[in-house]
Amino acid sequence: MQRIEDLTREELAAAVESYAKMVLARRFEEAAERAFRHGKIGGYLHVYSGQEAVAAGFLSVLRRDDIFFTAYRDHAHALLRGTPPGAVMAELYGKATGVAKGKGGSMHLFDASRGFYGGYGIVGGHIPLATGAAYTLRYLDTDRICLCFLGDGAMNSGSFHEPVNMAGLWGQDAMCPIVYIVENNQYAMGTSVSRSSAATNLASRFAAYAIEHERADGMDYFTVRRVASRVISQVRETGRPYALEVLTYRFAGHGAADLFQPYRNKEEVTQARTRDPITVLEDRLRAAGVLTDADVERIHSDAEQTVEGAVRFADESPEPAADELFKDVHGAWGTWPR
Amino acid sequence: MPEIRYIDAINQAHHDEMARDERVVVLGEDVGRKGGVFGATVGLIDKFGEDRVIDSPLAESSIAGVAIGMAANGLIPIAEFQFADFIHPAFNQIVSEAARMRYRSNNAFGCPVVFRAPFGGSHGTALYHSQSIESFYAHVPGIKVIVPSTPADAKGMLKAAIRDPDPVLFLEHKRMYRLVKGEVPDGDYVVPIGPAAVRREGRDLSVIAYGWMLYESLRAAEMVASEGINAEVVDVRTLAPLDKDTILKSVAKTNRALIVYEDNRFVGYGAEIAAIIAEEAFGDLDAPVMRLGAPQVPGIPFSKPLEEWFFITKEKIADAIRKLAAY
Ligand SMILES: Cc1ncc(C[n+]2csc(CCOP(=O)(O)OP(=O)(O)O)c2C)c(N)n1
Ligand SMILES: [Mg+2]
Repeated sequence: MQRIEDLTREELAAAVESYAKMVLARRFEEAAERAFRHGKIGGYLHVYSGQEAVAAGFLSVLRRDDIFFTAYRDHAHALLRGTPPGAVMAELYGKATGVAKGKGGSMHLFDASRGFYGGYGIVGGHIPLATGAAYTLRYLDTDRICLCFLGDGAMNSGSFHEPVNMAGLWGQDAMCPIVYIVENNQYAMGTSVSRSSAATNLASRFAAYAIEHERADGMDYFTVRRVASRVISQVRETGRPYALEVLTYRFAGHGAADLFQPYRNKEEVTQARTRDPITVLEDRLRAAGVLTDADVERIHSDAEQTVEGAVRFADESPEPAADELFKDVHGAWGTWPR
Repeated sequence: MPEIRYIDAINQAHHDEMARDERVVVLGEDVGRKGGVFGATVGLIDKFGEDRVIDSPLAESSIAGVAIGMAANGLIPIAEFQFADFIHPAFNQIVSEAARMRYRSNNAFGCPVVFRAPFGGSHGTALYHSQSIESFYAHVPGIKVIVPSTPADAKGMLKAAIRDPDPVLFLEHKRMYRLVKGEVPDGDYVVPIGPAAVRREGRDLSVIAYGWMLYESLRAAEMVASEGINAEVVDVRTLAPLDKDTILKSVAKTNRALIVYEDNRFVGYGAEIAAIIAEEAFGDLDAPVMRLGAPQVPGIPFSKPLEEWFFITKEKIADAIRKLAAY
């Protein structure tokens, strides 16, 4: 764990901000789960509760003009990057005011203006895309970088191994400024890492592709943030890929329909919840003297109000018009590539 | 005869066949401890153990590929894909290897694999959990493609697929799992791969459908019945090899054909049926062959109203029936 006394004033201030965003993300997920149970949200819903320190740590040091990709557990990533909660909730509700105009739903968020290149429902499908996007950032002579969040389960598909090898190769020419962030929450749906991966040190797999890698505690915000800022600067500097396996845990079921979770026992979940990333951070900020009871109360009530507002916005927003079905199938000749 | 749900029929066929033949193994993501995302494989791991019920890593291409290798070497694998949308990485293995194994080895190797995949849209299933994939595979010689629509067929045709010498893509419309119930014969039985079934007799026109569209078509047929239109409804059941005879016989009787499918209309499976009717039953037709399929958009959108515009419903089918009857 990062020692409090080693933290700078700026780090502490940023941490308070991140704490507020993590609380917001958690309240948002709880509201989404309620809306799902009440039939306001249909289809699939995968919440991020328990993993907030990972996205918060990384996105808090990502530059405004950098870009990132993730899988379908994507609400918190959007919120932490600053996408308005109303537009995210409206997407979950399938409304015209949603980030994808209701076409995508929970798993398929996008926010091009904030460098969020999307949540992806086909597991592993986004890893090659992120790798190609990273190559492009260098090809265009920028110093921007790309983050690619992925799950432990995604690492077992060919769509992981193939592009990661390319990244290793392109990195030799400083042409692949990407950070692969494996959010190891111990499970791919109902299959634990030890039952799906021959080598359970997932970071070590990157060695096969000559990519620098390490493991980090994903429940401690400060640890993630420190690693993130070091690694992001390095990748920006070198144009070489870097990989992190961040150890975390998903508190809820795989998705809202995963009620019984026969693949893990209650004690395991209870045990994991004793290291809730939000309370871990809260305790440390209190200990550092930068967060008071009053602050905590305000942050929580602000988050609740924001989420309530987002739910109301989603609820009251119009449905997409019928002709939306046929929009954006093809681009107009001459307007792309832009 | 007991009445069971479609999903239970699938589950029973697994249990029966695994007990009957030790060479039958099941593999796929979460098929073991979780019993499958839809519960198709519930109880198998307890009864048959981890060597026969293999929880695989998330790796569709290799789930198909290792199943093909197992099949070539004497096992009878049932490979489950959680959703048909995730089968695409396995397309290469299925098309390039499974379909050609027997042909290229001059019958030295066969490939008795069953690839199971839930397909089709349901409420809110959106872009990546809704696709219809049948026409991709029906296009490929060497693979059989079946879409049973009743619990009795699901059980009997899954058994037939497991006992079949060749690779079979077994498609289950996910809307049927819990909504469709029906009687299933007692004891061991097989419903052969191949023959189509006439589910509703009629004389005015033939509605040809499969999967969930069968049910929407049957309801549409009831809707127009009160208006004096008597529609025959044919359940295709096996898409490849197709039972042309049942379809042509029906069209010879009714002289009008409407083909309904949930997949994109353009180059969808119904185009093949339409072409066959046009080629082989031109003289029987009193009206052009009609098709009803999904609009040409890249995926089923999430939002409810957009979904409704996309889906083929009984109302849309009834409208098409009226139009065709009035032609
Ligand atoms: C190609 C593909 N295969 C299977 C699935 C079904 N599925 C959705 S999530 C998931 C588990 C993924 O686990 P992981 O990558 O660890 O992400 P987590 O859910 O833990 O965030 C599976 C099997 C899918 N969406 N896409
Ligand atoms: Mg996981």
